[in-house]
Amino acid sequence: MKNTFIGTSMERREDLRFLRGKGIYVDDLAPSNLLYAVIMRSNIAHGRLKSIDASAALKIPGVHSVITAKDMPGGPPIIPMRLQPLPEFKPFEQLVIADDKVRYVGEPLAMVLAESVAIGEDALEVIALEIEDLPAVPDWRAAEKNESLLFEPAGSNRALTFEARKGDADAAFKNAPYVRREQLRTGRHFGLTLEPRGVMAEWDAASGHLTVSGAAKVPFFNRRILAKQIGLPEEAITMIENDVGGGYGARGEFYPEDFLIPFAARHVNRPVKWIEDRRENLIAMNHARESEADIEIACERDGTIIGLRGFVHTDMGAYMRTNGAVGARNIPQFMGGPYRVPHVKIDSLLWMTNKTPVGTYRGPGRYEGSFYIERLLDMVAHDLGIDRVELRRRNLITSAEQPYEIATVQPTDARDQYDSGDYEQALDRCLKEFGWNDKAKLQGKLIDGRYHGLAVCCFVEGGAAGPKESARLEINSDGTISVFMGSSAVGQGVETVFAQIAADALEVPVDRISHVHHGSTTTVSDGYGAYHSRSVVMGGSALLDAATKFQAAIKDAAAKRLGCNASEVRLGEDKVFGPGGKSLLLAELAGLTVEGAFLNKKHTYSYGTHAAHITVDAKLGQVQIVDYMVVQDVGRAINPMTLRGQIIGSLVQGLGGAMLEHLQYDEQGQFLTGTLADYLLPTAGDFPNLRCIVTEDHPSPINPLGAKGAGEGGIVAAGGVMANAVANALQSFGVQPRQLPLTPTYIWELVQAGQRQAAE
Amino acid sequence: MAVQFEVNGKPVSVEVEPRLTLADCLRHHLRLTGTHVGCEHGVCGACTVIVNGDAVRSCLMLAVQAEGAKVTTVEGLSNDADLTPLQKSFRKHHALQCGFCTPGMITTAHALLSEEPDCDADRVREVLSGNICRCTGYIGIVEAVLDARSAYKKAPAP
Repeated sequence: MKNTFIGTSMERREDLRFLRGKGIYVDDLAPSNLLYAVIMRSNIAHGRLKSIDASAALKIPGVHSVITAKDMPGGPPIIPMRLQPLPEFKPFEQLVIADDKVRYVGEPLAMVLAESVAIGEDALEVIALEIEDLPAVPDWRAAEKNESLLFEPAGSNRALTFEARKGDADAAFKNAPYVRREQLRTGRHFGLTLEPRGVMAEWDAASGHLTVSGAAKVPFFNRRILAKQIGLPEEAITMIENDVGGGYGARGEFYPEDFLIPFAARHVNRPVKWIEDRRENLIAMNHARESEADIEIACERDGTIIGLRGFVHTDMGAYMRTNGAVGARNIPQFMGGPYRVPHVKIDSLLWMTNKTPVGTYRGPGRYEGSFYIERLLDMVAHDLGIDRVELRRRNLITSAEQPYEIATVQPTDARDQYDSGDYEQALDRCLKEFGWNDKAKLQGKLIDGRYHGLAVCCFVEGGAAGPKESARLEINSDGTISVFMGSSAVGQGVETVFAQIAADALEVPVDRISHVHHGSTTTVSDGYGAYHSRSVVMGGSALLDAATKFQAAIKDAAAKRLGCNASEVRLGEDKVFGPGGKSLLLAELAGLTVEGAFLNKKHTYSYGTHAAHITVDAKLGQVQIVDYMVVQDVGRAINPMTLRGQIIGSLVQGLGGAMLEHLQYDEQGQFLTGTLADYLLPTAGDFPNLRCIVTEDHPSPINPLGAKGAGEGGIVAAGGVMANAVANALQSFGVQPRQLPLTPTYIWELVQAGQRQAAE
Repeated sequence: MAVQFEVNGKPVSVEVEPRLTLADCLRHHLRLTGTHVGCEHGVCGACTVIVNGDAVRSCLMLAVQAEGAKVTTVEGLSNDADLTPLQKSFRKHHALQCGFCTPGMITTAHALLSEEPDCDADRVREVLSGNICRCTGYIGIVEAVLDARSAYKKAPAP
């Protein structure tokens, strides 16, 4: 029997519980004797913490205790970086709770433990805080002056400069016939999850064991951090992944609460639960994306790109968090996107400011870089009188050039190459499906009070971060098979796709895969989790390895029972057959378990093209999408339906960042968008006309599935596409958007400025 | 305060603080954790339940205000034997990923289709615009609700 579950749009097994409201998220857990944690957060952006007086709070009936930095023997521990843990970043890492300075609105200062959340919040009202104000550093331009330092011992607000280099940009620019320089900005937004974060910790004093629920994304890594911080061996900590209401890169990194709650549970010897509220979420979860590029592009007269040169300034917020450097590293490295850029010299400066710290958000750095290059390309096309599609076609990396080496980034010596693909093929497919030639006639036209604009942008998406992933298979007592994964679920549907992969590999009906366990530290010996679109490639490939070993182990075990050689054993659906008509039920081998792994240092690069047709009301600055098409080649789609869900879902997140979402601060570092009525997310009425096509023309050569990470492609090009479409719709006003989000106010101002200029 | 109302067809009597929201009452006192809380200020719609036939944000309603009301949660719109036509349609159209917004989507869509089984795509989008989904981009959700309309249309008179 040869299965073909891979490639089938199977309905998801997860849905059966989610649709009935039977998913179990961390806030659904309620052990007896539970205490609720509520966190007091700084309302001052930059200041010196003088005192915290909780005496009045402690008098409130139902308040159990109030924990501050002073309660932590040896002082509060720091949160180490997970990715790019450079020594240069050490001075900027965050303590789990403030002890002398506060550096952003939202920084944890104290934790109340109470018999209910409401009582805990009552207590927050009466804790007396004394904070001496220091001048706030609200953005990178203020940070650059170094007049007010976030970290005095560091002597500078600049944490590091990443240097992306390829070829000899200075020489290339010297001789270039055409150069254009632009200042472009992306706004501050983030991977807001609909389920706020939550942690529940239970301490078993008798056995000295800590169980932490609410884990996500990278539980094994986080256990390592927590074990060190709290002084327990790793084996004494179990991290449990419950159902997870969205990840997007932001959830599951190690946050202050990931120490505070386990610490509290052990400190008071009672279970403790903390659930973030939405306002907290907006100021406590990793922000992302805010950057500004001062960038030059050099081209030949025919539009062939010669090089990119310049600076990127990233607003890091107040601390270097676990994966905080990824975006700033990726922007200069991936600014070339799918285009051939022979010479690159871009410095990416990381500035500390008095804002919530940043981390990754789906397509980190690639979204920003795509916005920068795509805006530049449309300007180049206009300047040189070249068709925008033709300009891109001319510069796309060809399949003959694959694998293609991109810029190297120092000081981490980050070298990378694209693995495979025919980018032009995806461009052509997108143009055809989108109907570009017909729609292009509408370009810039005013019809029924709205200006029509089109844009097309190409992208690459990185996936499959190494170094390793693990998978384990086990025979259940009823002869069905359980799958255990080191990968994590953040809502993307891994239970279904891993069941598909396992069933194909084992050549059994998919229903014989009874469970797919994932994300907890109990599943496999060493797991790496869900980030950088790695689950299918890394976890799936590990599962293939486990399946091969599992089948061999079953044959060995059966051979012993049946008194024959392993080579004589044939595997059936629920039985194992030996020579001479002998057989064994799989159930008789219950408990047999085998772990497999996949190691990989190379990344996959899926790729594709976005095209959009929009209309703009120039009087209101309001944009509507008439049609939007994404074509993405993913190498191999395990479940085309869920994959399309990833593309459309990430696209709408990208459109949110392009059009709506904006985390705003004032000059004092006060946070201005503390509700979902201020921080605008896409809703069902905003972007109705979106389409996508998944292609499998070029399987990845670097993993046995041929799959490429594909959860982020929809988001990458969305900013560039929308800004270019607006520019093209409003070309008669000379509008050139140079920042995101494209709010109605911003577009209206550009139109007004254009009209003023025309009148002068 | 004591409050009595009906949840999913069963009478309940709960002792609550006046400030307790209906959402927290359902989740933490009655342990009906299918109703999710995403914002606590009436924007995200995850906590939507049906009160006397209307879709209501249970984070904006106090438990004491439910006195005498008939409340239906996602659990009341589900059975263990099989998915309902609306739930099947959600599954078929991949109208959910992480599942956190899903109970609110199901209750909102059920209330809409019960009242307006002939609604069009624009109307579905208008009504669902009070429910935030961060995963799907809404395309599948709208398709799922439209596809489920037939199950809500009354059988023609004989």
